[in-house]
Amino acid sequence: MALKASELKVGDTYSECLVEDLKRTQIVQYAGASGDYNPLHTDEVFTTQVAKYPSVFAHGMLSMGMTGRMVTNYVGDGRLKKFGVRFTNQVWPGDTLNATATVEEITEEDGETVVNLKVETTNQDGATVISGYACARVDA
Amino acid sequence: MAVNKFPVEASHIMMFARSVADDNQIYYDDEYAKTTEPGTIIAPPTFVQASAQFDPDYSLRPKVGAPWFGSGKEPSGIKRESSGGGGGGGGLHAEQHYEYHRHPKPGDILTGETKPGKTWEKEGRRSGKLVFSESITEYRDQNGELVVTARGVGVRTERPVDQ
Repeated sequence: MALKASELKVGDTYSECLVEDLKRTQIVQYAGASGDYNPLHTDEVFTTQVAKYPSVFAHGMLSMGMTGRMVTNYVGDGRLKKFGVRFTNQVWPGDTLNATATVEEITEEDGETVVNLKVETTNQDGATVISGYACARVDA
Repeated sequence: MAVNKFPVEASHIMMFARSVADDNQIYYDDEYAKTTEPGTIIAPPTFVQASAQFDPDYSLRPKVGAPWFGSGKEPSGIKRESSGGGGGGGGLHAEQHYEYHRHPKPGDILTGETKPGKTWEKEGRRSGKLVFSESITEYRDQNGELVVTARGVGVRTERPVDQ
């Protein structure tokens, strides 16, 4: 369902749990679908012994993709105009992620009513793993 | 990176949606999709990232006959310099931004042309010197119309990021 500007106010929030106990298999699934087969994400031997990380870790784009799901569930299908993030911490197998969109502004842009959202995804320790924004068309 | 032909297909959208655990049926069921505002299956917001599948030179995909740096008998299939290892292959992803002029849908045949953007350096607390580089990709459809503008920022670290 699309959002209505008349029913939105600055500071409104929408949250979703993106994943509980992230599985290595989901990271493999993302590698296969996206085509990004960097061994850092799926190859524990390479990642620990050659790249010297404690374990494989998720593609930033997997976290962004799941965060995008929260955003589109909130703003509705086909409404997204802009979506951007910074990856601020790595996401590891076993992590539980929650994402929140916060209404920052309801405005007019190119003759359309849009909502500007702050987007943040945090892990089970409260650390921010994704920090970003989204802009979506809303009904007047 | 240049992608000369990125055919957007419903089965690829389905697999991509599954991988980001998105069960919105607009990505799976064309009958359901007809009842939605777009009226068709569309791609999830980050789907154009999967254009890597159609980049013949994409470095993070094993290629027939070419050495691969992931593990086999040995921890890595190729000898690598020990310095600058933090990124593994191709560095780490620092930022990603998308602007949607419309949302891709099955039947689209996109092209992606990537141009380098800015580069800058920063001293990182957890990983030594950081070198950032930006790239901008314009995805256009079969009619030459701009569909998605993507801006990515990659970072190479001096050493693996401290945990």
